[in-house]
Amino acid sequence: MISDKDVKYIAGLARIHLEDDQVTHLTKDLEGILHYIEKLNKLDVTQVDPTSHVLPLKNVYREDEVKPSLSQEEVLKFSVEQRDGSFKVPKVIE
Amino acid sequence: MKYETVIGLEVHLQLSTNTKIFCGCANKFGEAPNTLTCPVCLGLPGSLPVVNKKVLEYGIKIGSALNCKINSFVKFDRKNYFYPDCPKDYQISQFDFPIAYDGFVTIPMDDNGEKKITIHRAHLEEDAGKLIHDAQANCSLVDYNRTGTPLVEIVSDPDLRSPQEAYDYLQVLKLTLQYLNVSDCDMEKGSLRCDANISIREQGDTKLGTKTELKNMNSFKAVKVALEYEENRQRQVVEAGDRVVQETRLWDDAKNMTLVMRSKEEAHDYRYFPEPDLVPFIQDEKIIEEIRQSIPELPAQKLERVIKEYQISEYDAKIIIQDACLAGFFENCTKYYKDTKKICNWMNGALLQEINSRKTTITDITLKPEDFSLLIKKVEEGLISNLAGKDVLKFMLDTGKSADVLIEEKGLAQVSDDGALKEIIQQVISENEKVVQQIKEGKDSAAGFLVGQAMKKSKGKANPKKVGELIRQILKGDS
Repeated sequence: MISDKDVKYIAGLARIHLEDDQVTHLTKDLEGILHYIEKLNKLDVTQVDPTSHVLPLKNVYREDEVKPSLSQEEVLKFSVEQRDGSFKVPKVIE
Repeated sequence: MKYETVIGLEVHLQLSTNTKIFCGCANKFGEAPNTLTCPVCLGLPGSLPVVNKKVLEYGIKIGSALNCKINSFVKFDRKNYFYPDCPKDYQISQFDFPIAYDGFVTIPMDDNGEKKITIHRAHLEEDAGKLIHDAQANCSLVDYNRTGTPLVEIVSDPDLRSPQEAYDYLQVLKLTLQYLNVSDCDMEKGSLRCDANISIREQGDTKLGTKTELKNMNSFKAVKVALEYEENRQRQVVEAGDRVVQETRLWDDAKNMTLVMRSKEEAHDYRYFPEPDLVPFIQDEKIIEEIRQSIPELPAQKLERVIKEYQISEYDAKIIIQDACLAGFFENCTKYYKDTKKICNWMNGALLQEINSRKTTITDITLKPEDFSLLIKKVEEGLISNLAGKDVLKFMLDTGKSADVLIEEKGLAQVSDDGALKEIIQQVISENEKVVQQIKEGKDSAAGFLVGQAMKKSKGKANPKKVGELIRQILKGDS
């Protein structure tokens, strides 16, 4: 059983704000999804490898060769605020 | 009540590849902020990571050197959290299929024995950006150059039983990693970082106590001191009848204590799931074996071998193997000069002193093993004094010239010629009648004073051994 509290907790983790009626709605949705997963759990999959990727590909990598980076000016265009070549953000303390 | 301390360590090692783990940005330290980034390491929409082949190779190398099993199936996972140093809002790491697992390192124990510390796992992941906190301006500044730097996280089992064992483990681990040439292992630059988990329990208890996690130690010594502090703090908590709270604590170097880190809410709910942007890797056994074969002789084996092969003391050998290049230099010297003990004395004394005071390394100086060996030979043959030998070494490092040339140029060759020495000694004898009298009365130790005077008169060029012999000879003839 999934509760309103679970939905609010998950929304919090994902930094999503939900109105009360949305919480009710999503609780029902998630309940349905979990119910379906329950069904899947009943299948015998002992002979099946876990899927870690949907594409039939493996061993895709690149050589250790340097490619040009973006310039500081280009990068800082993405910032809301900047200072001394850095992104300026509200104070975070560990 | 008797308590036992239980410690496990997590070591993060930055790999010294040319590029980052998932993009072609240069992997460099100390550049201007935000000049080494691209859409991939900034996590811009639509960008896709591609694994750096070298990172996988280094991971296998490290795992093998730590006696780990290597996973032939390797995949990456997303670890989700929000923090400004992490632009994607997730870190690409490894969850259930780390590149290496179940290994060990051996640390020395007081009783000359050894103890095996289990390596639980070693996995690959990307580093986060660097945050600078500005207390005055009430803001933080983010530099994303470090984002995407390849890391290997090495996790030990809770096998360590004291802060000293933790310190020894770190020393052994660091030396092993240095031998592999996969990282500069520099704690000051942050290329090697260590977090510690510590708990206490009653002696004999098999269940683990509640642990705290310690962060922010920037040297091995700080790790040891922080653990000693925390071990004491936990003991006091328990003895006062309270319970240790599971929390992350930061080591404060200035205050010499650990402080509770303001806990990030839901900090440990990372919701790992397979990274959909990276396909899995199936490592070819042949390639794993090739990488394993490329691992050089490791410190423990080298220590054992040089003691046996060159008949030197464990003390000397331990200094020499602290640096693979230093050990190589020593072994090369033995080809040119046979007295290995003398080579050790000169290397671990005068040479290391010079290297340290010049803040350089054995690889950065121009000294050739054959030249260094020749210098030692000249001193041992008595051509120059020990003291002059040290000066010659300095000149050699300054100029790159050979010992032969410098001894000639500086006129440092000792005077061993009887005639010239006797002249000096006669002067010294006539100037120090009192001392001469004492010697004649049997106080042989006073002869040392005369030798010193003769050395002074010859400006250090007299051969002291020869001078001593001549003084005794002359005085004997007198009496």
